[in-house]
Amino acid sequence: MGNQQSKITGKPDPEMRVRQIENGTVIDHIGSGQALNVLRILRIDEQTKTVVSFVMNTPGSAGPKDIVKIEDRELKSDEVDKISLISPNAVINIIRGYRVVEKHKVALPDKIEGFLRCRNVNCITNANEPAQTRFMVGKSGDIPVLRCAYCDNLMSRNLTDNLI
Amino acid sequence: MTLKKDLISIKHLCKADVEHILKRAESLEDVARGERSLDLLSGYILATLFYEPSTRTRLSFETAMKRLGGTTIDLGSIDISSVSKGETLADTIRVVEGYADCIVLRHPKEGAAAMAAEFTSKPLINAGDGAAHHPTQTLLDLYTMKRESKLEGVKIALAGDLKYGRTVHSLVFALSMFNAKISFVSPPQLAMPDGIKNDLTAMGIEFEETEYIEDVIDDIDVLYMTRIQKERFADINEYNKVAGAYRIEAKYLTGVRDNFIIMHPLPRINEIDPDVDDTPYAKYFEQSFYGVPVRMALLLTLLGK
Repeated sequence: MGNQQSKITGKPDPEMRVRQIENGTVIDHIGSGQALNVLRILRIDEQTKTVVSFVMNTPGSAGPKDIVKIEDRELKSDEVDKISLISPNAVINIIRGYRVVEKHKVALPDKIEGFLRCRNVNCITNANEPAQTRFMVGKSGDIPVLRCAYCDNLMSRNLTDNLI
Repeated sequence: MTLKKDLISIKHLCKADVEHILKRAESLEDVARGERSLDLLSGYILATLFYEPSTRTRLSFETAMKRLGGTTIDLGSIDISSVSKGETLADTIRVVEGYADCIVLRHPKEGAAAMAAEFTSKPLINAGDGAAHHPTQTLLDLYTMKRESKLEGVKIALAGDLKYGRTVHSLVFALSMFNAKISFVSPPQLAMPDGIKNDLTAMGIEFEETEYIEDVIDDIDVLYMTRIQKERFADINEYNKVAGAYRIEAKYLTGVRDNFIIMHPLPRINEIDPDVDDTPYAKYFEQSFYGVPVRMALLLTLLGK
């Protein structure tokens, strides 16, 4: 799909590489190459019935970025905040009637429950027990660091490898 | 007090909690030795669930409970209990809480005690969860230092396997509460993990590292020896070289401080020669005994007595 022009400035608008949506959620400023991981975090897969479109490595003011547009679904903050683990600068736009009615940056949650698997194979959460995983979220510099609330194991990079 | 229902990790205790337990333990030493009787826990039942072998920890918990007038029940052999039929730990805990007032758990999986505590309203004490935590060992180690040498501002060397030993990891954290000056003595392949050293640096705790005990032995209050496990080495010759280098004999102790002591969580293999046992510095058997008053103090605290 080629670039469309902004209705206001006439300049090519990278967000228009995929069509405007009437209602739903646009996730902008996703780190370059992370769009597919965002879809995994949001559990968007072959079962998903709504229209989902995305672009990768599109030019942005702060370098290349990815954008995901999900039609007819307004994401709640506990869903979108998980995105901050892989893309801390992502911005959520809630769209109604083609207009942005809500816009905010994702926020790193204090804890993550039942979403990622602990990397410690000897952790009790990886045994046949009715224990939901729980991680306390901190930071080392700009990088999110997750501490397992059960075994204290730390993990930071490639977190989507551990999606449940 | 930050200590509430359970004791899962020494990290959940503040200095005041630790001091409270150690002070209480001191007042219970004569009871622990059987010189005075006390029945504060008469009518109370302690369940000891050991999914891994244990001698000192299990026996000292049982002794602590019985010296206080309580009784104990246990899982028996794992092979013949419902565990062998595939029962989850969560279910076992929910069953046992109906039989006992307090539960002691040792389990091979890290985080087992933290999870188990979520499935019971009864106090639960972690007696070792995989390579993670063993808080009652740490408490009795601190108590031994307090009783036999010094605790506040102690100069201590931890020697041997500092990489895999859960005992030393918990102990290092606890020592940070008491302004300890710590030396890590180990072969490079068994050095203290970077994560723990980073935590110490962040807390402003002084530490140094060396490969040789003789670099530090004359300038410390406590030498804490640990067992070097053969299975950590791919090459048996490498093991023999290292194991020999971390063996204390009485002849090495001629220049030590007056209040110097040697501790070891036991069992020892070759790292302390039996000729050290007869010196005034050997405190590892006292250390083992101190597990009783310390666990008595903990049981009384958690049971609100």
